[in-house]
Amino acid sequence: MTTTMITTIAPRTKGSTTMLDDFMTRALLAGMGVAFAAAPLGCFVVWRRMAYFGDATAHAAILGVALSLALNMSIFAGAMIIALVMAALVANLSDRGFAMDTMLGVLSHSALAFGLVAVSFLPNVRIDIMAYLFGDILAVNKVDLAVIWCGAALVVGMLIWRRNALLLSTLSPDLAYASGIDPRREQLILTLSLAIVVAVAIKVVGVLLITAMLIIPAATARTISRTPLAMMVIATCVAVAAVLSGLQVSLWQDTPTGPTIVCCAAVFFVFSMSLGALLKERTN
Amino acid sequence: MTLLTVENLDITLGGQNILSHVNLNIQRGEILTIVGPNGSGKSTLLKAITGALKPTAGRITRKPCLRIGYVPQKLHVDVTLPLTVRAFLNLPTRHKAARIQYALDQAGLPDLGARQLSALSGGQLQRVLLARALLEQPDLLILDEATQGLDQPGSADFYRHIEEVRQNSGCAVLMVSHELHVVMSTSDRVICLNGHVCCEGKPDVVASAPEYRAIFGSGTQGALALYRHDHDHDHHDCTTHEGQHHHA
Repeated sequence: MTTTMITTIAPRTKGSTTMLDDFMTRALLAGMGVAFAAAPLGCFVVWRRMAYFGDATAHAAILGVALSLALNMSIFAGAMIIALVMAALVANLSDRGFAMDTMLGVLSHSALAFGLVAVSFLPNVRIDIMAYLFGDILAVNKVDLAVIWCGAALVVGMLIWRRNALLLSTLSPDLAYASGIDPRREQLILTLSLAIVVAVAIKVVGVLLITAMLIIPAATARTISRTPLAMMVIATCVAVAAVLSGLQVSLWQDTPTGPTIVCCAAVFFVFSMSLGALLKERTN
Repeated sequence: MTLLTVENLDITLGGQNILSHVNLNIQRGEILTIVGPNGSGKSTLLKAITGALKPTAGRITRKPCLRIGYVPQKLHVDVTLPLTVRAFLNLPTRHKAARIQYALDQAGLPDLGARQLSALSGGQLQRVLLARALLEQPDLLILDEATQGLDQPGSADFYRHIEEVRQNSGCAVLMVSHELHVVMSTSDRVICLNGHVCCEGKPDVVASAPEYRAIFGSGTQGALALYRHDHDHDHHDCTTHEGQHHHA
């Protein structure tokens, strides 16, 4: 990693033409893009108890990566297609009365295992599988950046557009139906958003830690929020702060960036838990 | 004016026939009550009416743009979801702050707007659920065992409030209840359901129909007697058993 840094930093010291030529700037922007989409979506994942569902979708994406490499197409497209297939499969099976957690455990880990095996079959491809498992945010290029921000904008746009319908469907499907909202359609919007977030987050935190970027900021925000909107806004702030501090720490300590970002988020979570406990004690 | 018509409704869930050949209609401004034992398909029927369940056969016709206000039996708020009363009242439509405050005042909870939904007592939550349903200015208010978990004065209060709402807004009320005596006294019409419509008509007619007696026994007669003199005994419109009406 040290050597990459030196070589990539080089053009900057010579005086680069745009700020996007700086790998640190690109990493920062990529991380923020993922944070903006993952944090508010993560709130819905937490409210609807879909954490395992997120895991299964994310793990399946490694199969998508293998597919993309074999067919020589975009990693984003491959990951998203497989994530959507996985989501549809889970939704379909859950209607047939399987125990949800068992089934998700089966699907999630089999998808990961099959993905890893599939990657090993690829001829003439020398890829660093670690980059897909844990992300490689420092290697994000301008095209990746554009895809990440388009995906994030799409997800945030959908969440803002449907927020009240999504919220009511989450709270009570019966209330939603009575108000003329179809909760199944809202579920579809969340599933689609999840697939997009998984696809754009692979480069940043990798398939194994995507769920962390969904869950931890939302869980951190919960203790200090009083309304759903506040929780989404605070979660986004936490996620952005985790990206900023994670990047800094990883640069400073030369640690893997994706996991460092998640570590920072986890530290914020502990802080907020203590703060929450303190606030509770004061009000009692 | 007819708000909603249910024709030959059949609902089969998981291979089990829950409702068969249900026919009913709801007129503007009336209070229609559905009574029936546990497992008689009351909640299923309400779900079909709100659109949460698709009919297996038959048809449900709503007046165009029918606005439904639905008060569920209970509402579970997940611990991970922070939700104030005010935020809840703004779902799914955002209302002006003054209107929300007015709704809270009407519900008798003027100071609870900032309270978490999960911190309310059963009675308070019921009032908030009703206030939310009324904010949409419904043509049809649907109450599913809305007084479950309330004590007797609490549910008496609740029904008085419903009666007021009907008077003021002219909306129809469709409710399901197990509190037979209270329900009977406030309804215009009663439908006795047990997988199919057993009998239907004015409260006193239904109360004395043999089908109704077969399901509920005559244990409620004492309570019903209090209200019996209020109703016109000559007007028997129990659809299936005209002339089989016996005085207790």
